[in-house]
Amino acid sequence: MEDILYLFEQYPIFEGFWTNIQLAIWASIAAFIFGVVLALFRVSPVRSLSWLSAAFINVVRNTPLTVLVVMSVLVLWGQLQINMHSNFEMNFFILATIALSVYHAPFFAEAIRSGVNTVPVGQAEAARSIGLGFFPAARLIIFPQAIRGAITPIGNTLIALIKNTTVAAAASVTEASGVMKTMIEFNPNFMIAIFLIIAIGFSLIVIPVGLLTTWLSDKLAVTR
Amino acid sequence: MSNQYVLFDAPGPRAKRITRMLNVLVALGIIAIFVWIYQVLAEHGQMKPSLWWNAINFNAWSNYLLPGVQFTLQAAAIAVVTSVVFGLGFGFLRLAPFRVIRWVAMVIVEFFRAVPVLVLMVFLHFFFSQFLTSYIDPRNSAYYAVIVALTLYNGAVIAELVRSGVRSLPKGQREAALAVGMTATKSLRLVEVPQALVAMLPSLVSQFVIILKDSALGYIIGFAELLRYARHLGSGYGNILQAMVVGAIIFIVMNFVLVWVAQALSRRLSSRTSGSVEVGIPGMAQMAVVAPDDDEAPTATQAQAMINRNPSERE
Amino acid sequence: MKTPWMKLAAIGAGSLLAMTACSPSAQEDTADAEDADSDTITVGIKYDQPGLGFREGDNDPTGFDVDVAKAVLSEMGYEEDQIEWEESPTPQRENMLENGQVDMIFATYSITEERAERVDFAGPYFMAGQDILVRADDEDITGPEDLNGRNLCSVSGSTPAQNVKDMYADEVELVEQDGYTECLTFLQSGQVDAVTTDDIILAGLAAADEYADEFKVVGNPFSEEPYGVGLPRDSDDTCESVNEAIETLRDDGTIDELLADNTEGVDYEANAELNDDLEVITCGDVAGSLDEDQEE
Repeated sequence: MEDILYLFEQYPIFEGFWTNIQLAIWASIAAFIFGVVLALFRVSPVRSLSWLSAAFINVVRNTPLTVLVVMSVLVLWGQLQINMHSNFEMNFFILATIALSVYHAPFFAEAIRSGVNTVPVGQAEAARSIGLGFFPAARLIIFPQAIRGAITPIGNTLIALIKNTTVAAAASVTEASGVMKTMIEFNPNFMIAIFLIIAIGFSLIVIPVGLLTTWLSDKLAVTR
Repeated sequence: MSNQYVLFDAPGPRAKRITRMLNVLVALGIIAIFVWIYQVLAEHGQMKPSLWWNAINFNAWSNYLLPGVQFTLQAAAIAVVTSVVFGLGFGFLRLAPFRVIRWVAMVIVEFFRAVPVLVLMVFLHFFFSQFLTSYIDPRNSAYYAVIVALTLYNGAVIAELVRSGVRSLPKGQREAALAVGMTATKSLRLVEVPQALVAMLPSLVSQFVIILKDSALGYIIGFAELLRYARHLGSGYGNILQAMVVGAIIFIVMNFVLVWVAQALSRRLSSRTSGSVEVGIPGMAQMAVVAPDDDEAPTATQAQAMINRNPSERE
Repeated sequence: MKTPWMKLAAIGAGSLLAMTACSPSAQEDTADAEDADSDTITVGIKYDQPGLGFREGDNDPTGFDVDVAKAVLSEMGYEEDQIEWEESPTPQRENMLENGQVDMIFATYSITEERAERVDFAGPYFMAGQDILVRADDEDITGPEDLNGRNLCSVSGSTPAQNVKDMYADEVELVEQDGYTECLTFLQSGQVDAVTTDDIILAGLAAADEYADEFKVVGNPFSEEPYGVGLPRDSDDTCESVNEAIETLRDDGTIDELLADNTEGVDYEANAELNDDLEVITCGDVAGSLDEDQEE
């Protein structure tokens, strides 16, 4: 037991998890906004926008996250010289956030699109027939219904994103999996205890999000 | 595309003009971005033909890219088989007639679904190379860590698919099996799971895409897969950027092929079960983490939502 | 019984077998087994360190470490075709010696007391020092003290970079990458100003044709890294003969020649002061020998 306490004193376990949480928060906000844009493009009547969004979604969905994270450092920062911050730690944190956002945006986009598709056409037709324009119809009629259908896939994407923040290690961001690696390297005797600490830590972050998703989708389910 | 009608009216003459203008602007924007990337790379000497040539010539393919592809595919293929075996086993246990077994299986399945694959990999890598050296050549510990981590995670997801697939079957299937004198286990084994399997095949295949994609995580623990080999090539010829780009393109193409196969397969199989079938979003691994208590059968919509992870295409 | 399930189990078992049968190093294993009786020696080298130890597929490896290994072994009476090469990445070197995968290691292996607790060392055959690589036209950086406010690149988990930060320049921005090649592309594009690690590694990297005249090693080493030959524990006899071979090769200038061959085209000279009076350590007593060095 003392040894376990020693681990907590000696290594930045909580800081590691905090990095993961911060990555998850920023990346999910950015990815969601990006995803909304992609979904709008995807369903828009402008052919080129729809095509662009579809192409982007397909390519990114088939790209391993590791590739995106490695490339964000190697190409985006290393060659295209996109400096996010003069402090390197911050700089790579932001680059990892960008890679995570790009990777998850298509999943959010598909979640939103599938939500929009659960709304029967009659709803939109009814909205138009009472004189609502595009934006009022979207805001008052379509969106509130669509978001309900999208909650489960959005929740699932969010959980995947939280777990995927560990891949930021490939952009030399010090997060929980990296802390675990260092801890095991120097304390191989407590390997299993260390793994369990990190694993349980992630469960504690992920399970509430899952519960919330289930609860929300049950509560907001639309009977049709 | 029915969705267009939900949000947009049929375009009039003004909307058509705007659309045309937007089309041109988008095209110009895309071209501008590519030109800019090309210029910046050229400025830093990354567009020298020799650098790119060294990343795609015979030497690159025979000594790096092909072995890399081989090990990536090999690890992914093995993980596919082992995770299906693991998933079926635990799927059964989660439906077992004894509460204790169901409960233990649930804890194990939920644990592996909640832990990031990379964390599992890092741990197993150390574990194998320290404690299992008499069984596993330490040189291969990263390889086995990748396979086992992918198996545990994806097996847990597949177990969940099996369970929800069985739950999504119409009640009549089970009742009919019991009526002709089968035991509950027999009904599961002979009637329900085989049907659920066909129903979940598309989701299963999209899970295979995830396995292939996630095998790239092995790069981080030093498993000699495609990206590692590409890096290795880049260190040898000072063209790491070019080598990694080539490796990434190969990876993306492999995934596209697998997705294409998955979709073709799902179209062929869609009529062969009373369960429901849809291609899930490839790459969307997670479902609700905590499943409802086993004793309450989930509502039809929940089971559907679990199986059809992309409800968009449901009719 | 129920055939579909039996089939499944069979597939499962089969794949487990496949897993072991075509594991990445299986081919080399069979090769080793065949040769086990004949008089071969397995040498661990780096495969990904151009200029020191580099190998593609089944081609002959190249580099300074490889050449020294060949020369030492030929002094000891081995023919070249008796040498089996094996990759020994940094984190696995001690392990590989302990479980007998390799008989000796020539892989930028610095002799340290910590390592000597697990393995034996012969040599050193070369004295490297931590140094800095900069762009060829950079006149401002001449030592670690000049790195304040600059961007420095090194390999993750490596002590050299942290050393610089702790001891010389606490305002340095440090980026850690997977390998030195990434660092070189960053140095090339201007995102970092310097790369740090052992001078000979830097020289080897910069010697590649692709980087002709782009980089230079500052030439102001600020640590001592004696490269030794890693041996399994309790191999004093082998250690003695390796040491003998190394002394011969140093006396007749072979090691200097090999070094020059492998760093051609880079403005680099091994630290003469340290290398000229390099003494091989007493076999089996690394701690004692290292202490002695420090006292002098």
